Amino acid sequence: MLMSRSKLSAAIIGLAVPWLPVVPAMADYGLNLPPPVSPIGDEILSLHNLIMLICLIIFVVVFSFMFYSIYAHRKSKGHKAAQFSHSTRLEIVWSVIPFVILVGMAIPSTATLIRMEDTSQADVTVKITGYQWKWRYEYLDHGIAFNSNLSTPRDQIENRSAKGDNYLLEVDRPLVLPTDTKVRFLITANDVIHSWWVPELAVKKDGIPGFINEIWTLIKKPGIYRGQCTELCGKDHGFMPVVVDARSPEDFQAWLAANKQEAAADASAAMAEWSMDDLMAKGKEIYGACAACHGAQGEGVPNVFPPIAGSAVATGPVAQHLEVVMNGRDGTAMQAFKGQLSDTEIAAVVTYQRNSFGNSAGDAVQPADVKALR
Amino acid sequence: MTEQAIRQAANRRIITRAVMVAVAMFGFGFAMVPLYDLFCDITGLNGKTGVTDSGSARAQAVDETRLITVEFTGNTAGGLPWEFRPAVAKMQVHPGQVAEAVYVARNTTSDRMVGRAIPSVAPNRAAAHFKKTECFCFSNQELAPGESREMPVRFVVETDVPQDVHTITLSYSFFNAGKYSSSDAGTGTAGSDAIRRGEKG
Amino acid sequence: MATAEAAHHEEHHHPSGIMRWITTTNHKDIGTLYLSFSLMMFMVGGAMALVIRAELFQPGLQIVDPHFFNQMTTMHALVMIFGAIMPGFVGFANWMIPMMIGAPDMALPRLNNWSFWILPFAFTMLLGSLFAPGGGPASGWTLYAPLSIQGGMSVDMTILAVHMMGISSVLGAINIVVTVFNMRAPGMTLMKMPLFVWTWLITAYLLIAVMPVLAGAVTMLLTDRHFGTAFFDPAGGGDPVMFQHIFWFFGHPEVYVMILPAFGIISEIIPTFARKPLFGYASMVLAVAGIAFLSFIVWAHHMFTVGMPLIGELFFMYATMLIAVPTGVKVFNWVATMWRGSMTFETPMLFAISVVVLFTIGGLSGLMLAITPADFQYHDTYFVVAHFHYVLFSGAAMAMMGGAYYWLPKWTGHMYDEKLGKLHFWLTAIFFNITFFPQHFLGLAGMPRRIPDYALQFTEFNVMSSIGAFGLGFSQLLLVYVVVKCVRGGEKASAEVWDNPKGLEWTVPSPAPYHTFETPPQVR
Repeated sequence: MLMSRSKLSAAIIGLAVPWLPVVPAMADYGLNLPPPVSPIGDEILSLHNLIMLICLIIFVVVFSFMFYSIYAHRKSKGHKAAQFSHSTRLEIVWSVIPFVILVGMAIPSTATLIRMEDTSQADVTVKITGYQWKWRYEYLDHGIAFNSNLSTPRDQIENRSAKGDNYLLEVDRPLVLPTDTKVRFLITANDVIHSWWVPELAVKKDGIPGFINEIWTLIKKPGIYRGQCTELCGKDHGFMPVVVDARSPEDFQAWLAANKQEAAADASAAMAEWSMDDLMAKGKEIYGACAACHGAQGEGVPNVFPPIAGSAVATGPVAQHLEVVMNGRDGTAMQAFKGQLSDTEIAAVVTYQRNSFGNSAGDAVQPADVKALR
Repeated sequence: MTEQAIRQAANRRIITRAVMVAVAMFGFGFAMVPLYDLFCDITGLNGKTGVTDSGSARAQAVDETRLITVEFTGNTAGGLPWEFRPAVAKMQVHPGQVAEAVYVARNTTSDRMVGRAIPSVAPNRAAAHFKKTECFCFSNQELAPGESREMPVRFVVETDVPQDVHTITLSYSFFNAGKYSSSDAGTGTAGSDAIRRGEKG
Repeated sequence: MATAEAAHHEEHHHPSGIMRWITTTNHKDIGTLYLSFSLMMFMVGGAMALVIRAELFQPGLQIVDPHFFNQMTTMHALVMIFGAIMPGFVGFANWMIPMMIGAPDMALPRLNNWSFWILPFAFTMLLGSLFAPGGGPASGWTLYAPLSIQGGMSVDMTILAVHMMGISSVLGAINIVVTVFNMRAPGMTLMKMPLFVWTWLITAYLLIAVMPVLAGAVTMLLTDRHFGTAFFDPAGGGDPVMFQHIFWFFGHPEVYVMILPAFGIISEIIPTFARKPLFGYASMVLAVAGIAFLSFIVWAHHMFTVGMPLIGELFFMYATMLIAVPTGVKVFNWVATMWRGSMTFETPMLFAISVVVLFTIGGLSGLMLAITPADFQYHDTYFVVAHFHYVLFSGAAMAMMGGAYYWLPKWTGHMYDEKLGKLHFWLTAIFFNITFFPQHFLGLAGMPRRIPDYALQFTEFNVMSSIGAFGLGFSQLLLVYVVVKCVRGGEKASAEVWDNPKGLEWTVPSPAPYHTFETPPQVR
C-alpha cells in the first residue's frame, strides 16, 4: 500500500526532470523565444524571462514545502496527523503576496503594451492581405504589390525528395523591408481570418475580412526572418509561411527601384506572343498554387475541391475557363485570380491546365487574350 | 386542512417567485442592449467602423494647428472580382475640416453584380473620432458589366481626436452582396445603426 | 438489512437487461451510464489524438491529408470536451452528490434519465458528421466564422449536436442545483457540504449561464449559413470578431466547468490520505466562487491578437491575472492539508498529488499567457496547446482517474488492483509529461497550432511528443482493464474502504445499495 523510499524519489525526479532543461536553456534558440530583432521583441523577451523566472521560483518554493511534507509527514514513518484546519492569518498572507507579485508583473506589461499599440509616425506602410493560402503585400507609398506563396516543392512535402533547410518556411517572393525604419503594417484578409506572425519581430496580428488592423515594427538587423500563419484558415493553414527579408535602407531603396523596372519589363512581356512550350513551362510553375486544392495531378479532392483532369471547364471553351480562373466561383474556395496573377501568368496556367493531366484542348492562351478580358 | 393550506401557500410562493424570475430574465435580455452599448463604449470594442453621422455635420471650429494624414485603401473580398481603389491614396486634413475623398469601383466581369462596402478605421482609438457624413458603405451598389462608378465619402476628423494620432487609415472592403440584395438592410451588427440605404452613387 | 431491501426493490420495479439502463431513473445507474459513456468517448477522442500525433511524428505529410488532419483536431477537441470530460464529471456528480448530502436520489430523476440519453444521439450526430460529404467539421472546435461558414453540411450536424449537448448539460445542471438546495439531509448546512458538492453547485450555475450562450452563437452561425442573416458575415454588415466574443463568453467559463469539479475531487482525496481535515474549507469555497465570477470577465484573453483597443486589452489582462489569486489559494490550501498529515500513497492520492503539481504548471503557463504583450508571441502556438493540456489532461482527466480509483470500491464493492492502479498512474504521469512538456518549447520556438506539417527545426520535440502520446494512449487501456477487473470481482471492500475517511458516502455499505438514505441521516 505504501510507497517505498525509492519509488518516492523516482516520483520527485519524474516530476522535476522536465523542468531542469528550462534553466540553462533560457537563452538558447529552440528552447526559448527566438532572439528578437526589434525593440518590442526585446521587451517581450525580457518580460517573458522575468515572468518565467517568477513562475519557476513560485513553483519551486510551493512544491518544496509539498515534497518535504511528502517525505517527512508519512504514516510509514509513524508521523501522527495534526488536526489544524485553518489559519486566517496564513490565508490572508498567501492571498496578498501573489497579488503584490501580480501588480509587479502588470506594471512593465502595461508599459510594453502601450508602446506596442503606438503605430503613429511610421516611415513605411505595408498592407498585408491574407488569402487562402498565401499572403499579398502592398507597399502603399510605392505602388508595388505582389503575392507571396509557399515555394517548397510538393515533392518535399509528400516525401518524394529530401527536405530543404527552410522546409515550409520559404516563399517565392519575400516581403522586403528596410532596417532601422519604423514600418507600419495594415493587416486584413480576403476570405477567412488569418494571422500574420514573425517571431523574431514579435509581430502577430489577425487579418480579418472587412476590418483593418494595425501593428508596427522596427527591424534592427538585416537578415531573413521566417514565420507562419497562426490562425486556422482551412486546409492549407500550415502551408502559408511569412518570410521577411530585411535590408539596409539603401538596399531597400535599390530594391524598390529594381522592382519598378521589373514591373515595366513584365508589361512588355505581356505584349509579346508566347510559344506553347514557354507557356507550358511557366504554367507548370504557377500551377503549384492551384495544386494545393486541385491536386498535383489535377485530381482534386472528392466532394471538396473539383478535379481539373477531364473537367468540363478545362476541356470546354477557353472563355469560360478564363472566366473561372480570373473571377473565381462565388460561394466556393475558388478565388478570383485576376488581381493576384499577371496576364502572362494567367495565360500560362490556363494553357497548362488545358494541356496536362490528360486534358488536350491544344490551344495556347496568349497574355493579350487575358488582357482583353480585364 | 391546515397542512394543505400551508402547502398551497408554499406553492403559491414558489410560483410567484418562479414567474418573477422568468420576467426578470426576459427583462434582462432587453437590458443587455444598453449594457453592451455601455460596455463597448468603455472598452472601445466594436468601434472600428468609424461613425456614420447622416445628419448635418456638426459645425466644428477647424483646428488649424494640427494636420492629420488620412490614408485610403480599398479591398475586394473573394467572390467579388471588381477593381476597387481610392482615387487618391492619402490626403492631409485639419481636425474639424470637412473633406471629401473618392473611391472608384469597376465591374470587370461579364455579369451584373451587387457589391456592398464595409468601412474600417485604424487605429482603434481614432475610430470614434472619425465621422463620415456621407458614405457609400453598408448599401448595395449594383454595377453593370464593365461599368465603373465614382463613390464619394465625406468625412470630418473631430477636433478632440487624441493628440498622438497623426495618421488615420480608412479602409473599404467590397463584398459580394448578391446574397443580401433582396433585403437591403440586412441583419448586420457592426453597422446596423449606421446603415444608409443606397441613395447616391 | 438495507441491501436486502434494495434487492427487493430491484426485483419488483425494474426491468432487466438493456431496458433497465434505458428506463432507469436511479442516480447510481445514470452515474454509471455517464461514466461509461465518458470512458468510451475518452478512447474515441484519444484515438483521434493519436492520428494527429502520428502525422506529426515526422515532417512531411505521411498518413493523412491536411483537410482530414483539421477534422481530427476539431473532433478531438469536441469529443474530449463535450464527450469525455463534461459527462465524466456529471457521472461523478450523479453517483456522489446524493450520497454526499444524504439524499435518496437526484431531485428530478426522469429529467436525469433524459439528460443522459440525449448524449448518445448527440454524439452519433457529431461522429457521423465525419462521414458527411466533404468530411467532418474542420474549422477547429471554436468554429470561428467565417471559416465555419465555408464548411459543408458537417458543420450543420455539429451545430445540432452542440445544441443537444447543451440541452443535456443544462438539464443536468438544473438537476444538480435543485438537488443540492432541496435534498440535503437535516443538519447538512451549505457550509458543511463536502467541497465536491460545492464545486459542482457552482459549476452547475456556470453551465446554466453559458451553455445557452454557446447555443445562441452556433444558432447565429446556422442562420448565417442558411437563412440569409449576416451576424458574422462582413458582406452583410456583420462582424466575424463578434463570433469570437460570444464564443469565448461561453468558452472561458466552460474551462472552469471542466476544472472546478476536478478541484472538488482533489479536495476529497487529499484529506483522506493525509488523515487530516481539509485546510481552509471556507476559503476554498470562496476561492471557487471567486474563480467562477472572474471567469465571466476574462473571455477576450483568448483573442488578444484580433486588434482590440488598448483599454480592452489592459482590462482583460488585469482581470485574467487576478484569477491567479484564488487559484493560488487553492493550491496553497492543498499543500497545507498535506502538511504535518500522516500520508499514505495509494493510487487516488498519487493522482491527486500529481494533479496539484501538473495543474500548477498549467496554471503558471496560464499566468504567462495572461501577460498581453507576451501573449502576442504565445498565441495560437504549441505553447498554448501545452498549457491547456496541462490544465485539462493533468487537471481534469487525471483528477477523474483519481476520483474513479477513490470511489470504485464504493461503487463496485471490490478493491481495484492496487499494483496495476499504481502502474497506470506512473505510466500516465510520465508519458503525459513526455508528450506535453516539449510542446512548451515547440511553441516558444515558433510552431503554430493546428498544422499538419512543420519546419525541420521542430522535429526532435515532435518526435518526443508523439512517442509520449502513444505511450499515454496505450496506458489508458490499462485503466479500462483495471476498471473492468474491479467491476467483475476482487477483494471485498469495507464500508469505509479507506482509513477513516470523512463523508456520508462512507457510512453506507460497499457496494452502495441501489437505494441509499431513504430515511435521511442526521448530520451534526
